[in-house]
Amino acid sequence: MSESIDLKLHVWRQNGPKDQGRFEDYSAYAKNISTHASFLECLDVVNERLVLAGKDPIVFDHDCREGICGACGVVINGEPHGPQKATTTCQLHMRKFTNGQELYVEPWRATAFPVIKDLAVDRGAFDRIVQAGGFITARAGSAPDANDIPVPKPIADDAMDAAACIGCGACVAACPNASASLFVSAKVGHLGVLPQGQAERDSRVLHMVAQHEHEGFGGCSNHYLCESACPKEISVKWIARMNRDLLKASVTHAPPTKSGGGDG
Amino acid sequence: MASPTASASTASGSKVLPLTQTSIGQKALVAITGALLYGFAFAHAAGNLQVFLGQEHFNEYAEMLQSMPKVVWATRIGLLAALLTHVALVVSIATKASKARPGRYRVDAPIAKDQSILERYARQTMLLSGLIVFAYLTFHILHLTAGVVPGLFFHRGMAFENLVYGMRNPPVAAFYVFANLLLGLHLFHGCTALFQTLGLKHPQWDARTKPLALALVAVIVGTNVVIPLACLTRIAGGELPDDPAELVIPLDEDDATALED
Repeated sequence: MSESIDLKLHVWRQNGPKDQGRFEDYSAYAKNISTHASFLECLDVVNERLVLAGKDPIVFDHDCREGICGACGVVINGEPHGPQKATTTCQLHMRKFTNGQELYVEPWRATAFPVIKDLAVDRGAFDRIVQAGGFITARAGSAPDANDIPVPKPIADDAMDAAACIGCGACVAACPNASASLFVSAKVGHLGVLPQGQAERDSRVLHMVAQHEHEGFGGCSNHYLCESACPKEISVKWIARMNRDLLKASVTHAPPTKSGGGDG
Repeated sequence: MASPTASASTASGSKVLPLTQTSIGQKALVAITGALLYGFAFAHAAGNLQVFLGQEHFNEYAEMLQSMPKVVWATRIGLLAALLTHVALVVSIATKASKARPGRYRVDAPIAKDQSILERYARQTMLLSGLIVFAYLTFHILHLTAGVVPGLFFHRGMAFENLVYGMRNPPVAAFYVFANLLLGLHLFHGCTALFQTLGLKHPQWDARTKPLALALVAVIVGTNVVIPLACLTRIAGGELPDDPAELVIPLDEDDATALED
């Protein structure tokens, strides 16, 4: 395999949420790209050349560059995080592409994720969904003893599978309805299976789903493209669980009263 | 003292939504109404298999159903309500979804390569297959229930003859076959999606959902495709004369009254 490749690179440029945006052809700046580079390093190289040519560099989100933070993510030829399964954009390497390959790089497309600039989108909607109930109201004091609350191993494993969600938004980007169901269900589910999450289980799902609707995401129509695109391979079984929790909570949940103290 | 967890509003101040205003609640209603329609489609197809038992038997079956007008009308009204709810909610959900996704990507990705072609195709064409099945249902009711399609033989009380002469018309038979294949795609996705939407997932059942969907679809679509083809090729109803004018048509009450006038 050759050590470097030339790409026919088209990148989405957009000056802000109100700008129409368009593809720019950066093939001239995407020659001789090392196959050992990650996709973000490829964009770094293109940006250096753009700056040297007196042009505006491409804006894209990134942070840890080791696949665990959820900051990066672009759509490459229609695939969120590119063609490699279970891999974030920062962990995708240029050896996965061929010399002379044509690439169209775009931001996540969803009304609830307005474009800040170029490939960077505002994923504040995810933060607001988590603020709506994606936590447990724990006593904040001294650390509890380990194994104070017994959690069976299979349940701990299950919770960890859901908790692997890094909130990157690839599920929304892949969904034809721009639904965040996979994200919300992972955040509802990883607490919902644990004993610590039971007290607020009903109010959590009610509030998080309400916030999801409020942010303008679409509904799930069971295409399961989210599961295919998810770099952490979160299963759509969590969506079924969220549906069940919401249906049950809608029927049985009684909000806490202001007076408190019970009937006695 | 007020409970520290008592909070009726979300981070941005929005209240908990009633179930019917969440897409999950709406989808659950779509699933439940879909299941009702599914049940009818199954019973209807199973009943129609009696076409192969001959003219007399089939017309007796039709007469037996017609002899229970209360049941017939309760079923019709119930099914119509289910169908209208199903369609109205899907339109509302699809409208919201198209607002949520502003545009397509430049390249159509081969994502979900792990899904079978049948599953992927059924999923992607739910709205289209639904629309064509809706048009087909309307035609089917006008043809064999109301009997008002011009040029197609219809006489009340002669369900067998109505069916056979209708299906001897190749374009009509072709439309029935085509629409039922799409109905099959629609029902295949519908059955598997139903369990997901209602949250009825369990590792013990999951492996059986797809075979169940395939079996139900095979019965419903198999029957609905075989009957038009059997009539077209004279395997069913071959004993009926080519020209419906040669049939002995019994006078029903309306005709008798008309003659008296």
